[in-house]
Amino acid sequence: MALSTDESGRLADLLTSRVDRVIQRWTEVVGEQLRGRLSQAELLRQVQELHRALVDALGKGAVDLAAEEATELRAVLAELSRGQARQGFSATETATGVFALKDALLSAMEDDQSTRTLRDYVAFAAMVDQMGLFTFESYVHTREGLIADQAEQLLELSTPVVKLWEGVVAVPLVGTLDSARAQVVMERLLQTLVDTGSPYAIIDITGVPAVDTQVAQHILKTVVAARLMGADCIISGIRPQIAQTIVALGIEFGDIATKASLADALRHVLRLTGVESGRRQSRREA
Amino acid sequence: MTSGVDLSRPQAQTVGSDEDVVRVRQLVRTVAVAVKLSLVDQTKVVTAASELARNTLVYGGGGTVEVTAVDNGRRPGITIVFADSGPGIADLELALTDGYTTGGGLGLGLSGARRLVDDFDIQTAPGQGTRITITKWSR
Ligand SMILES: Nc1ncnc2c1ncn2[C@@H]1O[C@H](COP(=O)(O)OP(=O)(O)O)[C@@H](O)[C@H]1O
Ligand SMILES: [Mg+2]
Repeated sequence: MALSTDESGRLADLLTSRVDRVIQRWTEVVGEQLRGRLSQAELLRQVQELHRALVDALGKGAVDLAAEEATELRAVLAELSRGQARQGFSATETATGVFALKDALLSAMEDDQSTRTLRDYVAFAAMVDQMGLFTFESYVHTREGLIADQAEQLLELSTPVVKLWEGVVAVPLVGTLDSARAQVVMERLLQTLVDTGSPYAIIDITGVPAVDTQVAQHILKTVVAARLMGADCIISGIRPQIAQTIVALGIEFGDIATKASLADALRHVLRLTGVESGRRQSRREA
Repeated sequence: MTSGVDLSRPQAQTVGSDEDVVRVRQLVRTVAVAVKLSLVDQTKVVTAASELARNTLVYGGGGTVEVTAVDNGRRPGITIVFADSGPGIADLELALTDGYTTGGGLGLGLSGARRLVDDFDIQTAPGQGTRITITKWSR
């Protein structure tokens, strides 16, 4: 619901002629809500900035928040919600900062007894509602961004590739191996193989609750890619229930070595390298 | 284990994203534990559900999954229904062949899921969507 040009002008007048009253009541209401979680000076700065941006937008002829003339106001609102979302304020607390303007308007209009007042108040309040909802949306948007960032960090955290032994790297998989994570795991593993020049990689699936065909396919692709780089993969941590399920599904790991535990896998690799160095030695001797 | 899941009623889960497939697995695991399936059978039915839910998502264009704790008088079990209103499957025998895939998968989801459970029923026709019902009984 947009303001009429007259209403927009009257709102701007009210906000400027009663500026002290408006700012005072506005900071009072928000201050009560936030109870000291924002310093008085910071609160005053925010309220004054919002007030200025609103008066500015109305002065340019904005009749609603979506108007071209309200671009700056929207930016101020978005910045405010972003800041509050990052500082851990709730969505309600953030929107209240805007909705409190209604209280302030009401108190500024109290002296005026003309019949026009109620209608004006309803129109002004609708504008404040728009601003409040916009704040809410910006807040949610910021929070979603923060959550996505955290998920990404978790993704990285949960797929460590470790150098287990000279020439042996291992990646313990924990939790759900969805396509996004599988991709990260594969890239990490291949990069680590390059960086360390390791000829062996152990993929440990002890922490994967279910191995379905998608997980199996990701593992198989990783093994093939590692092979192309000259490294051999061993899959470890195949618990009995997983082994039975894999067999029933019909997944074949072909000639890929599989071991029950990470220790078994390491022993297997060390034996292989031992045999190789043994062979090399005997060749040298011959 | 306190599940927070009401076993006296079917539990529904929509399938519209990868995260939903994870939710289906978790729901199935919870009910499978509650009806006292062995660890091996839990893993089998969870894996079958993962396959069929992903097919619902990928080939059926999304749909719904319903998980119910059942009892046939002799033993408890878990029944799961996967329903989508996607393109359906024209040649069911072919789709159930090991290794057959139209999506670059391993082609073991349908056939493998059938081997992982006790009862497997599929109703599908071109343009009619696909509805698969599986049951795993506790032994
Ligand atoms: N719900 C479904 N709707 C339509 N087609 C399906 C559905 N489920 C499976 N299919 C078809 O059956 C084929 C085999 O499925 P599946 O055995 O799970 O192997 P994959 O998922 O690896 O392709 C799929 O490639 C697809 O063509
Ligand atoms: Mg499949």
